[in-house]
Amino acid sequence: MNWELLALSPPGWGGVLLKGLVTSLEVAAGGFAVGQVIGIFGAAGKLYGGPVIKDLLEIYTTVVRAIPELVLIVLLYYAGTASLNNLMGALGFSSVDISGMLAGIIVIGLVQGAYSTEVLRGAILAIPHGQIEAARAYGMPPAMVMRRITLPAMLPHAIPGLANLWLVTTKDTALLAVVGFTELTLATRQAAGVTHEYFLFFSAAGVLYLAVTLVSNVLLAILERRVSRGTVRRKA
Amino acid sequence: MSDNSRLDDLAELETPPPLPRLSALLRPHRLVIIAVAVALLVLMAVKMRWDWLPEYAGMLVTGLWVTVLLLIASTVLGLLMAIPLGLAQASGPVYLAWPARVFCTIIRGTPLLLQLWLLYYGLGSLFPGIPGIRQSFIWPYLREAWPYGLLALTLSYAGYEGEVMRGAFAGVPNGELEAAKAYGMGRFTMLRRIWLPRALHRALPTLAGETVVQLKSTPLVATITVVDLYSVVGDIRQSTYLTYEPLLFLAFLYLCLTGILVSIFRYYEKKIPTRGR
Repeated sequence: MNWELLALSPPGWGGVLLKGLVTSLEVAAGGFAVGQVIGIFGAAGKLYGGPVIKDLLEIYTTVVRAIPELVLIVLLYYAGTASLNNLMGALGFSSVDISGMLAGIIVIGLVQGAYSTEVLRGAILAIPHGQIEAARAYGMPPAMVMRRITLPAMLPHAIPGLANLWLVTTKDTALLAVVGFTELTLATRQAAGVTHEYFLFFSAAGVLYLAVTLVSNVLLAILERRVSRGTVRRKA
Repeated sequence: MSDNSRLDDLAELETPPPLPRLSALLRPHRLVIIAVAVALLVLMAVKMRWDWLPEYAGMLVTGLWVTVLLLIASTVLGLLMAIPLGLAQASGPVYLAWPARVFCTIIRGTPLLLQLWLLYYGLGSLFPGIPGIRQSFIWPYLREAWPYGLLALTLSYAGYEGEVMRGAFAGVPNGELEAAKAYGMGRFTMLRRIWLPRALHRALPTLAGETVVQLKSTPLVATITVVDLYSVVGDIRQSTYLTYEPLLFLAFLYLCLTGILVSIFRYYEKKIPTRGR
């Protein structure tokens, strides 16, 4: 195998791969953040919303969780941008050009939002009810109960599930390669296609993804220890 | 004691499953949602083109068949691999436990798409260099895409399930294994009659969830030219120049497949007694 092809400067493709990795991480972080925002509102809606909101959220989580991510990404990426432009056209605006990055973040975020809704809903349900009642007895309005009690108290229950979701998100970004967005996987394929060193480059990309997972695992373990300070640990 | 358990069985048989009342299901706001859904469907039927559907029905059935076959083959083979992987990690000697752990970490730490491309393009480009393989009987298969798709899906399922089985094997109460030992069971008999059934029982709900994930991973094989349900719909999109209709129909088909899979697992979970878990 020709290891020099992994060099960072132009005869080698290392720089291209690292740039792809950075793009992947950007999309993953953005998508995860969007997913968490959807998840918080989704979980709150599912638990405290009216019957219509509950049913609509149920439809959202069920449908998104039942359809393959690849199909959702292709559907939202192509049909979503086409619909948006149709809508803009119907309203008399000129068509908008959505960057691949933004579309990727929104698509990944919508998918992760459905999973996150379920994770956070379960975590909120796991909070001892007395804590919320105590907050209410202090006269806290609902929004303040959410901000000061519910969200911090659910974190120890939610972090393992959210950690899983983050790891899934970093790997879901690879699916954007299928719609032609140049992240790590597609960059790797381009490098491999030009040099015909398929095995070398795909292995290198695998090592990069693995490194992301392993580093994330360490950071998530630290985070988990931090948010569950003062809670009684069950013996594993 | 035995009388009691018989009474429990009777009680279980005689309690009818709680059926939700229709009036409870169809509360006013649900009617609104259903009406909106029906209106959307009518709008789709009127505004969208569905005349391609009969023409491509045969292709769709073929694709569906390939997807289902891939799912069944990869889950069965993957589970067969996952059992030794889990066992090695739960109680194997170091020289078995470590490779198993490394394998699971690699599979779980890299995207399936990358694994697929590594196997298909990477391994595929290595094969011609190996002398003698062109004369072998497997060469015709190696030139097709589906063995690589099946291999990648199987390895992926084995990697994720290996972790699940590790937890399930480790979670079987030690007393049961000690009791088996006290009965003079050999290690293999103990595994076959006590350990494995108990572990599989514990793992079943997770296995059900992972199998749905596996179904949702199958469309990735389309990227290495396996003609599955997803790639058939891709062909339809190219030849009909339609954007929404085939993709929406594809999403609907996967929704049905997931629903069927989930209800099969529900049925079996109900059949397996949960007492004494």
